Amino acid sequence: MALKNIAGVEVKVTEDGYLEDLTQWNKEIANEIANEIGIELTDKHFEVLNYLREKTIAKEALTIRSVGKSGIVDIKQLYALFPKGPLKFSSKIAGIPKPTSCI
Amino acid sequence: METLEIEKKIVTKEKKPLEKVCLICAKGNLEDVYASLVMANGAVMEGIELNLFFTFFGLEGITKKSMNRLHTATTGNPAMKMPGGLPFPTMLGGLPGVESAVSSMMRKQMDELGMPPVDEFLEMITAGGGNIYACKLAVDMFKLTKDDLSDEVEDIITIGEFYELCDGDRTQIIFT
Repeated sequence: MALKNIAGVEVKVTEDGYLEDLTQWNKEIANEIANEIGIELTDKHFEVLNYLREKTIAKEALTIRSVGKSGIVDIKQLYALFPKGPLKFSSKIAGIPKPTSCI
Repeated sequence: METLEIEKKIVTKEKKPLEKVCLICAKGNLEDVYASLVMANGAVMEGIELNLFFTFFGLEGITKKSMNRLHTATTGNPAMKMPGGLPFPTMLGGLPGVESAVSSMMRKQMDELGMPPVDEFLEMITAGGGNIYACKLAVDMFKLTKDDLSDEVEDIITIGEFYELCDGDRTQIIFT
């Protein structure tokens, strides 16, 4: 666990760069993390990020299948928004822990 | 007194992530097909290029008629247990309908855990950019046509053609 300055805020991050405390998140932090990965965030991205945060706060497990069935995006769109890491990158940008599931 | 100066060298290991995974599925049991599908989906979710090849009884996993009705063995499967944890009696496993019932129960339990049925799973894999192929030799042997196979199957190819797709020095080929 380390401290990292993202968008002017000292946030607690894990070794992989995921936020330890999801309440420290804001839009600027999301944008900066996304830039590091190489993704430019649009409104659609934020719809997904907000959905992911909602589900995490409600302590519901996240799988790519459940996100694909959320009604916000389907799986193909999710891969288009977050290439090479649909759950891995979207969760990092959303400031939530990396989902642990095989699916 | 002499002191030896030993030069301290810090060795950092260069990370070499997988760039491509090629999976071959040759068995048609529920657990064997799902093993290949989970590994395939896991690869595409990590951004790893994926080629999935179905051959022999693995074709059951991509044939429209059978893919959502896969069975697991109730005879000759020493790892199978009764719901309480006791071993599954071989005699029971051989009775008519038992294999069907146990397989159906397993599929239902998997669905409750969020595991998609095979047809949806194949779609998830191709949505992530994975490529699915059928073995030409096996397709000919079982007298199937492309129409019998899932729409997610890109092509029917030979093993030689599949090996060509598995090039690269950060590639792994896994046989299940």
